Amino acid sequence: MDDQLAISVRGLRKAYGDNLAVAGVDLDVHRGEVFALLGPNGAGKTTTVEILEGYRRRDAGEVSVLGSDPGSPAADWRSRVGIVLQGTGEFDELTVGEVVRHFSGFYPDADDPDKVVERVGLSAKAKARTHTLSGGQKRRLDVALGIIGRPELLFLDEPTTGFDPEARREFWELIRDLAAAGTTIVLTTHYLDEAESLADRVGVIAGGRLVEVAPPNRLGNRQDALATVSWRTPEGVAESAESATPTALVAELAARFGGEVPGLTVTRPTLEDVYLKMIGH
Amino acid sequence: MTTTTKPAAPVAAAPGARRLGSGALALRQGRLEITQFLRSRESVVFTMGFPIIMILIFASIFDGTIGGGVKFTQYFITGMIATGLMTVSFQNLGIWIPIERDRGVLKRYRGTPMPKWVWFAGKVIMVVAIGIAETALLLAFAVLLFDLDLPATVGKWVTFGWVSVLGVTACTLCGIAISSLARTARSGSAVVTPVALVLQFISGVFFVFTDLPAWMQQIAALFPLKWMCQGLRAVFLPESFGAREPGGSFELGRVALVLALWCVVGLVLCLTTFRWTTKRDG
Repeated sequence: MDDQLAISVRGLRKAYGDNLAVAGVDLDVHRGEVFALLGPNGAGKTTTVEILEGYRRRDAGEVSVLGSDPGSPAADWRSRVGIVLQGTGEFDELTVGEVVRHFSGFYPDADDPDKVVERVGLSAKAKARTHTLSGGQKRRLDVALGIIGRPELLFLDEPTTGFDPEARREFWELIRDLAAAGTTIVLTTHYLDEAESLADRVGVIAGGRLVEVAPPNRLGNRQDALATVSWRTPEGVAESAESATPTALVAELAARFGGEVPGLTVTRPTLEDVYLKMIGH
Repeated sequence: MTTTTKPAAPVAAAPGARRLGSGALALRQGRLEITQFLRSRESVVFTMGFPIIMILIFASIFDGTIGGGVKFTQYFITGMIATGLMTVSFQNLGIWIPIERDRGVLKRYRGTPMPKWVWFAGKVIMVVAIGIAETALLLAFAVLLFDLDLPATVGKWVTFGWVSVLGVTACTLCGIAISSLARTARSGSAVVTPVALVLQFISGVFFVFTDLPAWMQQIAALFPLKWMCQGLRAVFLPESFGAREPGGSFELGRVALVLALWCVVGLVLCLTTFRWTTKRDG
């Protein structure tokens, strides 16, 4: 296996009864990369990620995560992998500090618990019982437990669900910090802006298959897509045209209108447009 | 504060680096379990309070003797000690493990490098600590309020010890095993409570065992609680009472044998059926 790869997947398949949840996925994630898995509910994101995390058995395919098969990993494998699951496993009766400190004891090279609590923005809640936390704060605790062991590879399954916009920005900063320090990050998300702002590459999964893998700005050949130029006629009727040369078209319109073009916009497909088209909308 | 980067040399004095031994991990896990137990008020009241409340009620209703000059309270307390030990181990684990499994607590532990057995050790440490505390409290109440006679000889205390240890071990293993029957967090209590209640009625906790119908006695003899009660009667009742037992003596050898068998059965069930995740987790 290539040492530069944190994850290598070939022909991964997994069925639940008649339902083929993962229908042949090939995927490489490089060391130090931030990789986002995008897809609608039921597309196979969580199943794929949980096979990589060693929680689920696969029906077929080859999987290597940090050089180990997650189905029968090497002894120290779990201490090199950080996991933030989708559902939170709560410790209602314990405080934030107690839980993080306890989990730090499981890892050979754990980070300082106080520092990690501060990093996820829970210092003010360190002495609070976890059942008093808001949804977003519980999620931050999950993230704290995911990074306490200083993992080489961090899985995040829909990490920012329930975050307010400010908390999401702070979380993105944290992920960028971790990535800058060399942590490989695999996250699943519903939020396109999250994938666009964090990921080096995005994989779109639909119906158990990886539809495309590309950097966010190249997904669906977005950079080559025609631009849409829209304007209004003097009568107020909306017009638009697709163009490979929008600048020329705007110049032509400006000449035609003798100056300002009413209601002028020039757009290219957003990540959302491309994404929705890919998953079949 | 110093920020450590990944150290080239392991362990050292880096502030975050602490490679704990397995024993230390198990002790920490036990301490965490005890903390969680003590902080959850329902568990404490239910587990610690139930046997004492039952003693207060039964001792107030039945204050006669049951033959052989033995007070009913003395007889009943042996049953309540056994019940208390079963509550702390079998019911406590059978109810809480499904909740933790459902919440994803177990799944989260499985995602860490913690050795699996450490989690079980934590539960056992919790059960033993709470069991000792609960039994001591029960004995203190019984001595103060109902003039319970504590065992007079070292031999009886030794019997008390091994019957309790074997009984708690069997009930702990069965509690962990039965936790896998519950599909959701809420059904743990529905699975475990009827089993415990029926066993209490047929095993001679609330009634004098030999007063029960013979078929009931025979069913009870298949399960651990009857033998825990019988072993404890050997500790707390006079030697002469042994003649009134179904087998004509306290049959301590058989008590040890049946409880040990249940330990084996429980262990096999645990090893073959235990689940860290719920069914819907695949």
